Amino acid sequence: MSLALDILTVLAVSAGAFFFMAGTVGLLRFRDALSRLHGLTKADNLGLGLVVLGLLFQAEGMLEALKIAIVWLLTLLAGATVSQLIARTARPGGPPM
Amino acid sequence: MAFDIGFALLVLGVAAWTITARDTFAAVVGFVAYGLLLALVWVRLQAPDVALTEAALGSGLTGGLLIGASARLRRAEAQAAGETPGAALKLAAAVLCALVSAGVAAIVLLLPEPAPTLAPQAAANLLATGLGNPVTAVLMAHRAIDTLLETVVLLLALIGIWSLAPDRLWGGFPGPRQQADPDGALTFTAQLLVPIGILVGIHIFWVGSVAPGGEFQGATILAAMSILAMTAGLVGAPPVSRRWLRLLLVAGPAVFFAIGFAGFATAGAFLAYPETHAKLLILTIEIPVTLSIAATLTLLVAGPPERLAQQ
Repeated sequence: MSLALDILTVLAVSAGAFFFMAGTVGLLRFRDALSRLHGLTKADNLGLGLVVLGLLFQAEGMLEALKIAIVWLLTLLAGATVSQLIARTARPGGPPM
Repeated sequence: MAFDIGFALLVLGVAAWTITARDTFAAVVGFVAYGLLLALVWVRLQAPDVALTEAALGSGLTGGLLIGASARLRRAEAQAAGETPGAALKLAAAVLCALVSAGVAAIVLLLPEPAPTLAPQAAANLLATGLGNPVTAVLMAHRAIDTLLETVVLLLALIGIWSLAPDRLWGGFPGPRQQADPDGALTFTAQLLVPIGILVGIHIFWVGSVAPGGEFQGATILAAMSILAMTAGLVGAPPVSRRWLRLLLVAGPAVFFAIGFAGFATAGAFLAYPETHAKLLILTIEIPVTLSIAATLTLLVAGPPERLAQQ
C-alpha cells in the first residue's frame, strides 16, 4: 500500500515539475507579457496542483492534508489575482507600468 | 549534500543578480526572491521560527516597503543614473563591503569547536517560563530586553517616516487615496483573503508559545491583510493624528515597559517575571505587542501623510 502511494507521489510530483518547467520555458521564450502570463499560470495552477496532489498521498492525517490543499487554493487565488493585475497593466491602453 | 550545495549556489547567484541589477524595481524583485530562498535555507537548517520571520518580515514586508520606495524613486531614476559615482567612491565602497564580509566570514570560521551556546540553559529553564517553544522563551523571557527594544525601534522608524510629511499635511491621511473597483479581481481577493489571513495571523501568534510562530510573524500577517484591504480600497488608512491610532501604536511597548518595571517589585529585576505567573504575564505583553506591531508595520507601508485630514 505504502509503495503504491509512493509511486503515485513520484508520478504526480514529477508531472508537476514538468509543468513548472514548461511554465518557466514559456516565461522565457514567449514574446509579449500576456503570452508569458499564460505560460506562467500553467505552472501555478497545474504544476502546483500536481505537486500538492502528490504530497497529499504522504500526508499524516486529515488535518495535514487539509492544510496542504488550502495552500494550493490560496496560491491559486493569489496567482489568478496577480495575473489579472499584471495583464490589466500590460495590455495596450492599460494604466502605465 | 549535493542539493544543499546547489541550493547555496542558487542563493548566492540570486544575491549577486540583485546587487548587479541596474533597474531599482528589478533589484527589489530579486531581493524578494532572495528572501524567500533564504527562508528555505532556514528550513533546511531546521530553524522554522527564523524561516517564518525571514519570509514574513525580511522578504514580504521589507519587499513591500522597497517596492513602494522604488515606485517613488521612478521619476528621479533616469536623472540619478546620469550621476554615477566616481572610481574612488566605487573602490572605497567595494573595499568596505569586502572588509565586512571578510570579518563576518572570519568570525564564523574561527568559532571554537563546539561553538559556544546557551541553548542547553535555555532548554533547561523552559519549564519556568510556562512556554513550550524555546525560541519564544528566549525572545520573551531570557532576552526580553531585545524584543522590547525591537518594538521601540519599529515605532521610531514610523516616526521617521511620518516626519517626511510637509508641515501642512502633518496629522493627515497616509498615502494616496485608493479607489475600490467593485468588480475588480483585487477587490474580490481582498474580500476573500482578508478574513482567512486574519485567522492565520492570530493562529501563528497563538501557537508561538508551543510551536514555531510568535508575535512578530503573526503581526506581519495581520499587517499584510490590512495593507491588502487598503490597497484594494476596501478601507482607508485613518489620519495619523487619531488618538486611538496613537494609543494602539504605543500600547505594546507601554505594556511591555510597565510589566518590565513591575518586575523590580515582583521578581527583583527589570523584565523578570515571578515564576508562578510567567506565562500569564508573557501573554499579557504579547497581545498588545502583536496589535501594535501590526499597526506599526501597516503604517510603515502606508507611508508619510499625503492628504489633509478633514476637519
